[in-house]
Parts: sequence; structure tokens; C-alpha cells
Amino acid sequence: MADYSWPEADRRAQIGARPARLDGPVKSTGFAKYPSDQNPRGLLAAKILTCPHAHARIVRIDTSAAEAMAGVRVVHVIQGEGSEIQWAGDEVAAVAAVTEDVARDALRAIRVEYEVLPHFVTEEDRDQAPGAREAGERAEGDPDAAFATAHRTVQRTLGMPQMAHMCLEPHGQVCSWAGDELEVHASTQAVSTLAGQFATELGVPASQVRIRTEYMGGGFGSKFSPDRWGIVGAELARKANAPVKLFLERDQEVTVAGSRPSAFARIRAAADEQGKLVAWDSDSWGSGGLPGTGQTPLPYVFSRLPNRRTRHTSVPTNLAGSRAWRAPNHPQACFLTMAVLDDLADELGLDPIDFLERNLDLTGRPDTYREQLATAAEMASWKERWQPRGREREGAVQRGLGVSVHTWGGRGHSSNCDVTVHPDGAVEARIGSQDIGTGTRTIVAQVLAETFGLELHQVRVSLGDNVYPQSGPSGGSSTVGGVTASTRRAAQDALREVLVHVAPRLEAEPEQLVAEGGRVFVDGDSSRGMSWREAAAQIGGAPISVQGRNPGPGRLISSGVGGVQIAEVEVDIDTGVVHVERMIAVQDCGLIINRRLAESQVYGGLIMGVGYALYEEWIPDPVSGRLLNADMEFYKLAGLVDVGSLEVHMMTGPGYDERGVIGLGEPPVISPGAAISNAVANAIGVRVPYLPLTPDRVLDALAGRGGPA
Amino acid sequence: MKGRRVTDDAKRSGFSRRSFLRGGAAGALSGGLATGLLTGEAGAAAADADATETVGPGPVEIELEVNGVASRLAVEPRVTLLDGLRDRLDVTGPKRVCDRGTCGACTVLEDGRPIYACSRLMIESAGRSITTVEGLGSPDAMHDVQQAFVDHDAQQCGYCTPGFVVATAALLARHPAPSEPEIEAGLGGNFCRCGTYKGIRAVVAGGKGGGVTGG
Repeated sequence: MADYSWPEADRRAQIGARPARLDGPVKSTGFAKYPSDQNPRGLLAAKILTCPHAHARIVRIDTSAAEAMAGVRVVHVIQGEGSEIQWAGDEVAAVAAVTEDVARDALRAIRVEYEVLPHFVTEEDRDQAPGAREAGERAEGDPDAAFATAHRTVQRTLGMPQMAHMCLEPHGQVCSWAGDELEVHASTQAVSTLAGQFATELGVPASQVRIRTEYMGGGFGSKFSPDRWGIVGAELARKANAPVKLFLERDQEVTVAGSRPSAFARIRAAADEQGKLVAWDSDSWGSGGLPGTGQTPLPYVFSRLPNRRTRHTSVPTNLAGSRAWRAPNHPQACFLTMAVLDDLADELGLDPIDFLERNLDLTGRPDTYREQLATAAEMASWKERWQPRGREREGAVQRGLGVSVHTWGGRGHSSNCDVTVHPDGAVEARIGSQDIGTGTRTIVAQVLAETFGLELHQVRVSLGDNVYPQSGPSGGSSTVGGVTASTRRAAQDALREVLVHVAPRLEAEPEQLVAEGGRVFVDGDSSRGMSWREAAAQIGGAPISVQGRNPGPGRLISSGVGGVQIAEVEVDIDTGVVHVERMIAVQDCGLIINRRLAESQVYGGLIMGVGYALYEEWIPDPVSGRLLNADMEFYKLAGLVDVGSLEVHMMTGPGYDERGVIGLGEPPVISPGAAISNAVANAIGVRVPYLPLTPDRVLDALAGRGGPA
Repeated sequence: MKGRRVTDDAKRSGFSRRSFLRGGAAGALSGGLATGLLTGEAGAAAADADATETVGPGPVEIELEVNGVASRLAVEPRVTLLDGLRDRLDVTGPKRVCDRGTCGACTVLEDGRPIYACSRLMIESAGRSITTVEGLGSPDAMHDVQQAFVDHDAQQCGYCTPGFVVATAALLARHPAPSEPEIEAGLGGNFCRCGTYKGIRAVVAGGKGGGVTGG
């Protein structure tokens, strides 16, 4: 069987290098055409009318006035009379018209009468929740006995609210029909799986649905399906016999197009005199809107903690269902766990890094964490700068340091890639994947160039179209492993075929030949060789085309990473304002294809983390059931000046590279909430129990009103 | 506070908010309201007729220059500069994200000055020169700031990038070595979701932004 592997470190030209992303120039000049930028001839604009009530029944709907308006082409009722609406923002009707403004006019002319029903949107108040579902209790060891004999115990009630994905390009698509063939320019993370979903809903064969996503403006786990607005857009286009653009307005985007579930928990944790964790008891709950939410994995990372009991309650609310938000469940589990461990370390009088180190045997990767903790501590000058809580500096501004650890899987998804070598030496890959901003296009090109010994500009990558071989959705940090493995297998097979043709000319066996530096030559004797172009010409008149798959043979990918982050904050105890001065991230992800893009992923995770640690939350109004901040003024993202100094250290080289490629999108966004919360506790001497760390919550904690401890 | 005021209003006018909505749904009330509003506006407009030129609500012919090209088109007064650029002129570099002057993804230069295109009516830009991100450079001939965005990987999904590039170019044209308050003033009105601020900081620190005239 053929061997599939990555080149040895001293023979890598592309892998591990830092080339700039290939689509950088088209993006930075505005020449990149996103799905929302498509303006085909005859385009109509569509808008969706949503329900203003969190729970209601549609009594009557009258679209006649809208239908009669000039410029209105189609009015489509999505949920008719008698339908029960379960969240504010749910779709009721849609209009396609000659312009967006006319479509909006038409929405205003649709009359809907609702019977308003009772709603519930405040899940932190679990006891008031109708329909709360207990998931049952899990226990191991004897937690009651362990707590009874423990040296120190802390108990906390902590939580973090639902928050939005807030993709800058809203969810949506442009649909065009040619007969019964549908083309969709979709802002999606799932080019290869979308067609089947459209086809089922629309009653056409999947083979007649084309999905195209050359570029897309952010997904973060919220763009895996056509969604109702996708199907409605296609229906409108079919009825109007014209292309239809339907992208959500910003308030809709925030309200219905993606949120991360909330997580609350009452937690007890205990340690013995040596600072070893001996007992854990958590009672958690949370909501992901109407579906509730699954169990948060507690205790996080330190999952081998003996004597533990966990309970979970899923709380449905009258809010749109949550979606996979970057590293589903992990940021919540991380915050809940690391905050309690940090408080326990303080109770024990231990430096939190020391405390974590004493308990690394309770994790799945003690050696990795030990190395990462040491590296991060050195980068932060932790030993010199860390001080126990309660040592106030003069003045209002207090400084603190906090630490957190996290984990993720990141195994490559299923992927197929066609690699073609043309007789003129041109090399190309076609893959039904998508570049959601992570750099997928660039890393596939690097693998191609590496394998054939070429420069990046000599290879071509085509993706973002479901006519190319199926490749998985981009989620869960699974893309980099999937696409690099399928591409490498195809490229190695294609090269081997080329070498069979070349070998006789060089009077060598194919296995003796290598392709490096734009040449094919006998390994160890570069004088016995020829240029790549000349080598490709040996294959004859027809190109060589090979498909590579993942999973497949050879050790190209792996899974399971660790990470450590340290935050340094300043807290003004007069105003409650927190500023992140510095974030340090130490992260492993196996073999790194592109150092620059890998670092960008980690920087991005840290920055998004500052956002949800300090600013971001859905604020539902208990009275109306609507979000009070379905916009970008009051749903606050971190800005350029809100983010302090960021330092990233990637663990690479021997011990890491041999593991193969592992995904990186999720891990760096997991720890910031915990690390920043711990740094604030270190600065002000008390735990602020809820994220985000807004000034009111900080001041409440300082005043002893931080909620039940 | 707000809730109480609604209750008081409801008492005064003799109908509840829900019956108001039901009335609207039946169509009886809304027609009357709309007529009243229009009458009022028309009256006010008539009173000001001597002082102010009134245009619309139908399409208005305007001329403006976009990326060096003169454009003549008829737009309704309510069309924003952003929507006019994107939907009428197919200039799609500026992006519509918040659509209300918060996120900066629609930033363009008007006569060299950075503005939010979502918060300006296209007719207000009549006779002016608009430069979008496409007007600063092209993939084969990038502006220094665009090149720096590539070099420093100051973009991921790239949807905020056009606005950031224009805002950064404008900032560096005015302040080649901007101070922290100048950076805050120049780029504090742009948001990125993927988290590319580290790269954008590096672009600003590089300071290669001279020569932006907006023409």
C-alpha cells in the first residue's frame, strides 16, 4: 500500500511556513464578491415579516394590500392563520419586490392579528421556568463523604447568559432558477451538504441544486443549514420567475440567526491539605431558547476528579433556538469550572498555577498542560507579578492576573479532493469545502505546492462550490484536518503517477524520485533530474486526475489539544470598568500548516473572548419577550481599543508535529472568559459571579451583592 | 417608567395597546393615521416652500462621482448612499452590516472624508466625489494600506475589511504616526467579528498610508 505522510521537517518548504492568505488582495480591495454582493440581472429584493410577540397564535393575516402595491412581485405566507409562534422574530410572511424599500413598504402593509400568549424568557430564574427538564443525576465515588472530610470547600453560583453569533454578513442567499435548476449563492459553512437540504424542501432532485460560496462573511457555527429563509427565498424566486436576494436585517440576524446557550450552575468543590481536588458537586442549568440545552461537561478538563456528582436542568424559553457557537459548551464549562477552582486555590492560599499543576493527573493531557502552564507563566512573568487577592494598590485602579486551561478534539472531517496534473505542468485541486475566513483556500494550496515541489502561485485551488467533490461542513475545527489529508493523499497519488512516467527518462525507479524546488530528481543526486514542467510533459496528452479521501490510510491527522491562557486586567473599583491589558495564549494543534494563519486564529479567539467576557449578552425583556439589544449599539462587540496586548505561543516541533494536523478554530476562544474573570477576582478580591463583566456586575460584587454565593 | 407612560396614554386615548394593534390589523385605523401624517407633512412642507427646496418622494435625478467615474442616476430620496452604491451601481465593496452608523463596514470617503455610507442619503452626496475601497486600489495594484492588510493578515472572513481599509487609509493620511487617541477616533467606529485587531494594529503601526486624497 502506498504511504501517505507529511515530509520530514528538513524537507518542508511550505508546511509550517508563513505565506500570506491567497485571497487577501481580493478581500482588502473589495473585489471579493460575497453572496450578499451578487446582483444578477433582474434581481428582486426580499424581506421577511416577523412576529413581534414571544408567544402568540396567528388569528388572521391579510396580505391583500401588500399584493396590490406597485413593484411587489410575490407575497408569501410562511406561517398562516392558526399557527403558534414560539419566539419573537419568528418568520410570518415574506415579500419579493423590485427594491428593498418597496419590499419593506409591503411588509408594513401586511395586517396580522395575533392572540398573545404567555411567555418565559429569563432562564436564570430556573424555579419560575415552565417546562424545565431535569436531565438526571450522574455520580461517581462518594462525594458526600469526601466533602465531609475535605480540608477546604468553596461553593459558588455562577453563570453566563445567551449571546449572539453576530456574523457581519447576515444569514441569507441569492436564489436563481433556470427551469427546474436552482443556483444558490449562500453565505454558508456547508457548501457540500446544503444542496440536499434545499432539494428535499423544494421537491427537486439534489443534482439540480448548485451551491456557491466563494467568500462568506462569518459563521462561527451558525451557518450550517438553508434555514427557513433559504427555502422561502427559493420559493419566492420560483414564483416570481426571477432571482431573489434575501438577507436578514440586523435585528433579525441578532434575534433568530444564532446564539450560544446560557449556562448557570451552583457548584461545590473541595480539596485536601495537599491541594488535591477531592470532591465536586454541580447543579447546572441553562437555555438555548425553545429547545433548552444539553448538559455542560463539568468538571471541565479536570474530568477525572474523584467523588463527583452532576445534575443538569434544561430550561426552554420563548427565544429562537441556539446554534453551535464556536466550541459548543466549552466556554461555558470552562468558566464555571475554572472560576470555582480559582476560588478554591485562593481558599487554600495557593498560587492558582501551582494549584492546577498539583491536579494535572486529573486531566487527559498532564504533560501538555504542564509544559503549557510553564511557558505561559514565563511569558506573563507570573512569578514576579502575581500577588494573592486582597493586596490593594493605591488608588482606584486595581490590577490582577488570571489563568485558565482548556481542551478540544479537532479531528479532520470527511473530505474528498480531486487533484489534477496537466501536461503543461499546471496543478489544481477541486474541493467542495469553503473558506469561512480561516484560510482553507491557502492551506490546500500549500499542501499542493509542498507535494509537487512548487511555489504557491504555481498551483490553483477551487472551492466553495458543490460541483466539486464532497467535503464536510466547516465546524468543530474539523476542516483543516479533513482538507489537508484528502488533498495530500490525492497529491501524493498524482505525483506517483507522474513519477512512473518520468522514471525511465532518468534511468531510475519511481520510488527514488522526489519533487522539490520546481524540479523532479533522483533523491540524493539532484543532477539526475528535470524541471517540473518537463516532468509533467512526460505524462502524455491527457491530464492525470486523482481523488483523495479522508478518512484514509497514513498518519496525517490526529485530535486532542490543550491550551493555557493568562489574562492581565485593570479594574477601576470606582466605576466598575474592566480593561484587559494583556492576554497570553499557549496552544498546541499538532502539525501547523501555516503559522501566520494559525496565529490569526488564536488572536481572533482571544479577541472574541474579550467580547463575551466583558460586553456581549442577549438581553431579553421579560415583559415583551423581545431582545432589548438586537442591534450593534447595545449588543456590544469588542473594538480595536478594547483589546490590550495579545501574545500567542504555538507549541510546535518535535513532540507535536508527529501527531499530524489538528484543528484550531475552537480552542483559543474557550478560556478567555475564565481567565479574565479570574484576573478580575485577583484584582478586586471578590468573584464577580456572572459574565459579561459589566460595570454594574463588578460594582455589585464589590458591594457584596454578587448574588448567592 | 416607559411602561407607565404607555399605560397613561392608553387611559387617555381610551384604547389599550392590544386593541390598537387589532384595530391596525383590521386596517381601519391605520389608513386614517397615515392620511393624517401625510397631511401634516405636506402642510409643513408648504409653509417652508420659500426657504427649502423639496424633493421626492419619487426618484430624483442626481450626479455624483464614484471611484473617479461620473454617474448619473435617479434615486428616491430615502435611498441611502450605501444601498445606492451596492444595489444601483453594483459597487459592493462597502458592506451593509448594522445599517445604522455603528459598525463602520460601509465606510467610504466623500470628498476625501470618511463617512458611514449607511447613514447618508444618496441625494446628499449629489455633486460629490465618493471613493470606496475599490477606488483605493485593485488586487494587482494595491494601495499601501491594502497591501499592509494582506501582509499583516488583518482580515479573516473579510466582511469588515473594506470599511477598515478605508478608515485606516483616512486615518493615516491625516496622521501618519497616529497617537492612541487618534487611533481611537479614527478606528473606534469600526467593528470586526473574527478578531483581526492585532493585524490592524500592525497596519497602523506601519504607517504606510500617505497619498490618500480620495480622488
